[in-house]
Amino acid sequence: MQRMISLIRDRKSWMAITAVVISLGIAWTAASRILDAEMSSEKIASPQVGFLAPDFHLDTIDAGTVTLSALRGRIVVVNLWASWCPPCRAEMPTFQAVYEDFGEQGLVVLAVNMTYQDSAAEALSFAAKLGLTFPIALDRNGEIAESYRMRALPTTFFIDERGIIRRVLVGGPLNEATIRSIVKDLIEDSS
Amino acid sequence: MLPVINIGPFALPLPALLIILGLWLAMLTLDKEAGRRDLSANTLNNLLVIGLIVGIAGARLGYVLRHLEVYRDALLDILALNAHALSLGDGLLFGLLAALIYAQHKELPLWPTLDALAPGLGLFFVFVGLSHLASGDAYGAPISLPWSLEIWGTERHPSQVYEIMAALLVFWVIHRTKSAPMFQGFLILAFAALSAASRVFLEAFRGDSEIVLGGLRSMQLGGLFVLLLSFIGMHLLAQNNPGTKLNR
Repeated sequence: MQRMISLIRDRKSWMAITAVVISLGIAWTAASRILDAEMSSEKIASPQVGFLAPDFHLDTIDAGTVTLSALRGRIVVVNLWASWCPPCRAEMPTFQAVYEDFGEQGLVVLAVNMTYQDSAAEALSFAAKLGLTFPIALDRNGEIAESYRMRALPTTFFIDERGIIRRVLVGGPLNEATIRSIVKDLIEDSS
Repeated sequence: MLPVINIGPFALPLPALLIILGLWLAMLTLDKEAGRRDLSANTLNNLLVIGLIVGIAGARLGYVLRHLEVYRDALLDILALNAHALSLGDGLLFGLLAALIYAQHKELPLWPTLDALAPGLGLFFVFVGLSHLASGDAYGAPISLPWSLEIWGTERHPSQVYEIMAALLVFWVIHRTKSAPMFQGFLILAFAALSAASRVFLEAFRGDSEIVLGGLRSMQLGGLFVLLLSFIGMHLLAQNNPGTKLNR
């Protein structure tokens, strides 16, 4: 260790070592630059922050259909929920309030019911009881649960106007201020 | 990858649990190091706890201040127990400031205190890597290799495994060096230099790097800066700095 201390104390030797280490670091940094745009995570569909949100096409409870990629250009909040899940039920009025306030600015709230472990009738009854006006899609065979790797209910994905997932919030109920702050950030970033 | 453990009706976030476990083990390590350096373990633990609590409160405060318009109508939500509404940069700033004020108030010697923190920090970074492995964060660049991991639907560099291995190596070096008769400040600067060097090297295999000028990765540039500062710091401290007195 005394040799090491002497080495560090000796200005010339230590400057030489520092120069070699930093030069190697600079060379490595330059060599590992990213020049290939296709390497970008924004080109790959995956349910993770920074990735393209996996596309889906689902029936809705009002006998319509919804396609996620058709909503490109708008901020989309995808909320995975079930009517038997207490925190999911608790946060729905919050999503309704946020949807009413930001809908005109391009926000879409898309509640995807885990119908394969719930029922369309229960989802419809719950939506009617609360007066939910945003689209409610039905995941009848668990395809969204699979592609979005759903591990807990509720799980909420905030997707920007380019279709990129910007936040993933697992669990709930989410409070209104949290949802509003994230949505406002996304709207501001998109404008 | 195992971001959530389901136990009965509870969904426990494994990454957060690993971070908490890492913090706890780091504090245990700190207790031992404090004793060896004639520092009060209680005072050092208080330093960490105060830094942590003020850091969390500061992170929330920073988030609220950035979204004042939203929180003005929902004052109670400021106190909501959720980890989603935090500003990490502000938290770090507030936490460090609080720790600095407490350290000055308790007249803690700067370099021996930082040296005592180094082994615990080394251990904590191993758990940060494990937490990344559990969450799938800090993922690698797409590549097909015999040791690639399939993460987020693509074969990738197992960057989290690299991160854990590098952190283990740094921890091992710091652990082996901590008893050596070096000048004050050596251990923390060696930790900073080794961690920065591993970041510069491993960032090249990441698939989520922040890109700046001409395709360069910002973390590599930051790592190079820390590496340079650590080398300069070691040289300056080695000149007139007394050796560390260690209790065996």
